[in-house]
Amino acid sequence: MKLLTDALEGLGSTLLLLARALSYTRTLPRQFGRFIEQCYLIGYTTLPIVAILSFFIGSVLALQSGFAGKDFGAKQFIGLLVGVSMSRELAPVMAAILLAGRVGSAIAAELASMKVYQEIDALVTMNIPPARILVLPRLAAVAVMMPVLTIVADLVGWFGGAIISKYTHFIAIEPESYFATMRQYMHFDSVLNGLIKAEIFGFVVVLVCCNVGLNTRGGPREIGAAVTRAVVVSLILILVLDFFVTRVLA
Amino acid sequence: MPASVSSTRNPFSDAATPAVGVTIDDLCKSFGTFEVLKHVSFHVPPGEIFVLMGPSGSGKSVLLKHIVGLELPTSGKVTVDGLDAADETTREKVRMALVFQAGALFNSLSVYDNLALYPREHQLADEAGIREKVMRALQILSLENAANKFPSELSGGMKKRVAIARALVMEPQLMLYDEPTSELDPVMSATIAEIIATLKEQYHVTSIVVSHDRDLALGIADRVGILMGGQLRFLGKPAELRTPQDSRVADFLNPQIDLQNPRFKQLETQA
Ligand SMILES: Nc1ncnc2c1ncn2[C@@H]1O[C@H](COP(=O)(O)OP(=O)(O)OP(=O)(O)O)[C@@H](O)[C@H]1O
Ligand SMILES: [Mg+2]
Repeated sequence: MKLLTDALEGLGSTLLLLARALSYTRTLPRQFGRFIEQCYLIGYTTLPIVAILSFFIGSVLALQSGFAGKDFGAKQFIGLLVGVSMSRELAPVMAAILLAGRVGSAIAAELASMKVYQEIDALVTMNIPPARILVLPRLAAVAVMMPVLTIVADLVGWFGGAIISKYTHFIAIEPESYFATMRQYMHFDSVLNGLIKAEIFGFVVVLVCCNVGLNTRGGPREIGAAVTRAVVVSLILILVLDFFVTRVLA
Repeated sequence: MPASVSSTRNPFSDAATPAVGVTIDDLCKSFGTFEVLKHVSFHVPPGEIFVLMGPSGSGKSVLLKHIVGLELPTSGKVTVDGLDAADETTREKVRMALVFQAGALFNSLSVYDNLALYPREHQLADEAGIREKVMRALQILSLENAANKFPSELSGGMKKRVAIARALVMEPQLMLYDEPTSELDPVMSATIAEIIATLKEQYHVTSIVVSHDRDLALGIADRVGILMGGQLRFLGKPAELRTPQDSRVADFLNPQIDLQNPRFKQLETQA
C-alpha cells in the first residue's frame, strides 16, 4: 500500500516537474552554455563505456548465434541477427542502463545535495525556478545525446560482431558477406525503432533522477539514499517501458 | 534618494515601487505533532527595521521561511504587501531576499557567479553592468579578493558576508536576515548594521533581522520582537527592552552568570 502511494506520488511529482521544465522551453536559447555543458557531461562520461560494452555485446551475439547456427548452415545470417538485435533492443537498453548508472546517479547526487544544503531553497527565493536552470538543460541535452550514444553503440556492436565472425574458427565469415546480409535484409526501421526507444528511456531516466534529487529531504545521509532510489527506479522503468514501447512499435 | 520617498527602486524597470509591509496573522506551524510556532501575530509596516530575537530553537528561522514561502503555515496566514506568502506568484511580484543562517551559497559556483546569478537570470543588466554591481557589493563587504574563490574555500564569516552580498545584488524590496552578524567580528557587525540602516534610509527597504546581537537591536531596530517557545513574548520599541515586564524576557536579555549555582547543575538537582 505504502509502495503504491509512493509510486503514484512519484509519478505525479515527475509529471509536474516535466510540465514545469517544458513551460520554460523558450528560455533555452539563453541557457545555451548550460545545455552544452550537460551535453558534454552526458556524452563524455557515457560514450567510452557505451562503446566498450557494445563491442563485447556485438561479439557475444555473433558467437552465440554462430554457435547455435553452425549445424544447420544459418551462419550467413549472423550479420542480420547481430544487426537487428543490436539496433532494436540491446543498444538502446544498454545505453539507457549505462546512462542511469553514470549520469542519472550523478544528477540525483548533485540535486539532492543542493536540496539538503538549501541551495534549492535559495534559488526558489530568488525566483529562479530549479526546473528552468537545473532540469530543462539536462532534458534537452539528453534528448540530443541519446541518439548519438545509440548510433555509436549500434556501429561498434555491428563491428564487434563482424570481427568475431571473421576470426572465430567455427564461424569464419568475411566482413563483406556479414555486412551484405545485414544490408540486404535489415530495414532502416530497426535502427529508427531503437532510436525512438533510446530517446524515451534517456528522457525518463534524466527526468526521474532530477525529480528524486529535488525531492530529497533531511540530511547528508539522504543524499546516498536518493542516488540509490534514483538508479533503482530508473532501471525498473527502463525494463518495464522497454516491454510497452516494443509492443507499441511492433 | 531622500529618506522621505517611501519607495524602492525596481531594477527591472528602474521605476519606483512602493515599499512593502509584512503581516503575520495568527500563524501556527507544526512539524508532525511538534508545534514550533503558536499563534504568532505581528505587522511590520513598509520601511521598518524589525529585529526578532529569541532563544535557540524558538522558531525564528522557521518564521522567516514562512515569509518567503519556503514553509507553508499549518494555520494562519502570512502576507507580504497584501499578497499571500504561500502563493508562488508572490515571489514574482515582490522582490524578497533571504540571507540564510547557513549561507546557502551555490557550492558549484564561484563567489562572483553566486552574486551574478540573480541579475543574469533575470536579465537585469548586460555583463558589464552586472560586473559593476557585483564588484560593488563585494567591495562593501570587503570581499574583493574572494571573487574567484569557491564557497568551500571560504571561512564561516566570509560565507556569511557572501550571502549578504548576494542578497544586496538582488536589490530587494524586503530583506530578511537570519543571524547576519553571528559569525562576524565587531567591526564587520557594525558594517552590517550600517548597511541595514542605509538600505532603510535611502531605499526604504523593509528589513526583518533575526539576531542575538543586542547592540544591533538597540542600535538600528525600529521595533523588536522576542520569540520564546514559539510565542511572541515581547513586541515593542528597543528602548522598552531595558526594562522588560516579563521575567523570562528579562532573564533572556540579561542572563547572570552564576558560578555558585550554575544552570546545568540546577537541571541535575531538579531531575
Ligand atoms: N524541517 C523541520 N522539520 C522538523 N522540525 C523542524 C524543522 N525545521 C525546524 N524544526 C524545529 O523547529 C524548531 C525551531 O527551529 P528554528 O530553526 O526556527 O530555530 P531558531 O529559532 O532559528 O534557532 P537558532 O537561533 O538556533 O537558529 C526547532 O526545535 C527545530 O528542531
Ligand atoms: Mg535559526
